[in-house]
Amino acid sequence: MEAAIAAFVLAVLIGVPAVVLFRILRGRRDLGSPVDRATFETLHTASLAAPPLRSGLTAHGAEKSARHLWALLGSAAVAITDAERLLAWEGAGERHAGAALAHAKDTLTGGRTQVLGPDAVACEDLDCPVRYAVVVPLTTDDRVVGTLVAYGTQASAGLVRAAEEVGRWVDAQLELAELDRSRSMLMEAEVRALRAQISPHFIYNSLTTIASFVRTDPERARELLLEFADFTRYSFRRNADFTTLAEELRGIDRYLLIERARFGGDRLQVTLRIAPEVLPVALPFLCLQPLVENAVRHGLEGKSGVGRITIVAEDVGAECLISVEDDGVGMDPEGMRRVLSGEGPQGMGVGLANVDERLRQVYGDAYGLVVETAVESGMKVSLRVPKYRPGVSAA
Amino acid sequence: MSSSYELAAVLLVVAATVFIGAFGLRLSRTTSDFYVASRTVSPLWNASAIGGEYLSAASFLGIAGLVLVHGADMLWLPVGWAGGYLILLVLVSAPLRRSGAYTLPDFAEARLESMRVRRTASVLVILIGWLYLMPQFQSAGLVLRTLVDVPVWMGGLLVASVVTVNVLSGGMRSITFVQAFQYWLKLTALAVPVVFLLLAWRADGAPGIADQDWLLPLEGSRDHPVYATYSLILATFLGTMGLPHVLVRFYTNPDGRAARRTTLAVLSLLGMFYLLPALYGALGRIYAPDLAATGGGDAVVLTLPGRVIGGMAGDLLGALVTAGAFAAFLSTSSGLTVSVAGVLAQDILGGGVRSFRLATLIAVVVPLALAAAARSLPVADVVGLAFAVAASSFCPLLVLGVWWRRLTETGALAGLLVGGGLACGAVIWTIASGPLDGWQGALLAEPAAWTVPIAFGVMVATSLLTPGRIPAGVARTMVRLHAPEALDVDRGDWRPRRS
Repeated sequence: MEAAIAAFVLAVLIGVPAVVLFRILRGRRDLGSPVDRATFETLHTASLAAPPLRSGLTAHGAEKSARHLWALLGSAAVAITDAERLLAWEGAGERHAGAALAHAKDTLTGGRTQVLGPDAVACEDLDCPVRYAVVVPLTTDDRVVGTLVAYGTQASAGLVRAAEEVGRWVDAQLELAELDRSRSMLMEAEVRALRAQISPHFIYNSLTTIASFVRTDPERARELLLEFADFTRYSFRRNADFTTLAEELRGIDRYLLIERARFGGDRLQVTLRIAPEVLPVALPFLCLQPLVENAVRHGLEGKSGVGRITIVAEDVGAECLISVEDDGVGMDPEGMRRVLSGEGPQGMGVGLANVDERLRQVYGDAYGLVVETAVESGMKVSLRVPKYRPGVSAA
Repeated sequence: MSSSYELAAVLLVVAATVFIGAFGLRLSRTTSDFYVASRTVSPLWNASAIGGEYLSAASFLGIAGLVLVHGADMLWLPVGWAGGYLILLVLVSAPLRRSGAYTLPDFAEARLESMRVRRTASVLVILIGWLYLMPQFQSAGLVLRTLVDVPVWMGGLLVASVVTVNVLSGGMRSITFVQAFQYWLKLTALAVPVVFLLLAWRADGAPGIADQDWLLPLEGSRDHPVYATYSLILATFLGTMGLPHVLVRFYTNPDGRAARRTTLAVLSLLGMFYLLPALYGALGRIYAPDLAATGGGDAVVLTLPGRVIGGMAGDLLGALVTAGAFAAFLSTSSGLTVSVAGVLAQDILGGGVRSFRLATLIAVVVPLALAAAARSLPVADVVGLAFAVAASSFCPLLVLGVWWRRLTETGALAGLLVGGGLACGAVIWTIASGPLDGWQGALLAEPAAWTVPIAFGVMVATSLLTPGRIPAGVARTMVRLHAPEALDVDRGDWRPRRS
């Protein structure tokens, strides 16, 4: 037994590195001619330098990518500055680092490539490789945001050219970073804009229902009005984007009370199957109520007799599985697809499309609504909600 | 044949678990019960569920076995396993709940805003889970073999299949109530027989124990008892908070306050339970000292009723204890399986219901294979090692993460890797080579006393050396962790996730 275990551990310890090494070596062999290899190496270095720059011109990112840019340029040293300070120095002659911003000054104001000679750069040490400097501006949207400085024993045309090309490449990366930033800002703005609203139909229907009770049963009308007030307070809440499943269920309860008054108590039967473990799950505000409203409107209004709605919330590992099912008239699946992609007829299923959109925004495209339906066979809308997502919290 | 009662009891527990999982307790409610349906689990229910999931084979069988063999020193084991919740209560329970994290990797991501720390935490969670599952399966095999003449791996396979079927069929729908029930079953299964055992002991003239080495602390048969004891205390007190299946249950609390109340209830429930195994150990020393010599200490709880009381009553009590033991295997295993599978599915397989199913299979099969391959150490020792790994990786992460603003991504990563790595190394060495002698053996068998300080040290030092890597949103996170929910403060907004 002991021997078997020892052999197994040994096999894993030796086997895994061996496989990795074999792969690397085999990979090397296929690379082709020396020119090809040099090209690949350059591309690889560039690809290493890119990710740190994707968060913009920060000290941390500049430091990381300077290492690779230095290798790419092959100069004695490389410095990266933003408009106010030195962000990174890589290579020889570290004591010149303090002067880098002074070297960059003209380029920062003028926005043009500058070549500085020994009089501006070199120190007393004759062996110091930092004698000439090529200063390239880094621009985003025609604005100089920083500089890339390449130092060498001389400013050959090759170095100037290389520095300019690398500078342009860095520009592109910074612009991508800017793009990333605006995209995430856009997503935030979209989430705000998509913030849930209760449907105007519902307000209208509620008020007419309540009005019908005012003379015949004033006490009932008063109760309904209070429920309606509570529901609107819940749905007009502005201070948070998220709520808990328990809160959302309470909102749905109020909503159904009013709908039941409208249809008459017996025509609407609701069954709940909620795992108590998922009640504290945070989810986008008003993302279930529209599903229930949809079930009531499209499932019940078009048919006679009793309508049944089943709301289920299950606990599945790190996620919560929620579904709302009705036994109403159903819908053509193709029509449903159009509604969800926003191509449907005006006013149809706006609630569903909105919920779908918001879920995708917050949790990613894997978490949209899933609708199972067919004409005359009811509809089941289900969604998955991860129990944790950074920033998603009901408080 | 006397084992037929016990076999029947085991089958009853297994059948009941499968039945409840498949059909029962689907809490269906109709229209008027919205209020009831949206009420969260109360702290007492929740605490019972935590107790049910936490009291594993190590608590049910292992403690009594180790007390029987090694004597008074081992009393620290139940003290530590209950006391771990005290540290949890004081230092982390409420902030952890407020963080909104469901798993330990979630907390790592929430606090350090880093996917790298998250992935490292995921791997550690899976390792700890497997290390914890393995001895559950092993002791299930041992227990089943005392009843029927089957190979050892059969018992593990039985437990593993029941757990898998239950989790996959969605039987965990009412898991809180099932686990809560398991706690009370386990308590009953130990408490009722012990009353009869004590009566029998009184009737027997209340014989004492003469062996002074066994009775006095630090005189037991282990090497370097002082070091081992402190190491045990450190591992159990600090390891509890880092166990994957403990944190998952805290999510069911609606807020931080409820999390604290739950922890308090857990402390009392566990305190109540942990009085019992020591009694079994002491009675075992009187009536079944031969078990200590043959290395069958883990079986003491199961054999005592038969030996002391005997006859029909002894058989029935034995059957009750055996049922409790299987309840322990099933509840701990399913809790661990669910949490390991959750992490596997989310962080390794990419999320979704299908990957959760696949993850469940992986989460069960690997420790089952390990249980069959690895040597059989006393169950409480192996579980103790899982605690040591948790104490030297997640304890620093949680404590520093909750209370120290200057913790950095690099620091957390370094601490997790060094602490977790060293502890895992010691564990693998101990399991692969068996107990060693002398200092070397003591250091490897009870690694917590040196790995925990090293992990804390590395985490603090690396964080101080990399002040630039403090997460950007640390102030917001701290407000979120520490401000009570009722307080109206800015807790930050949702932002798109960056990988």
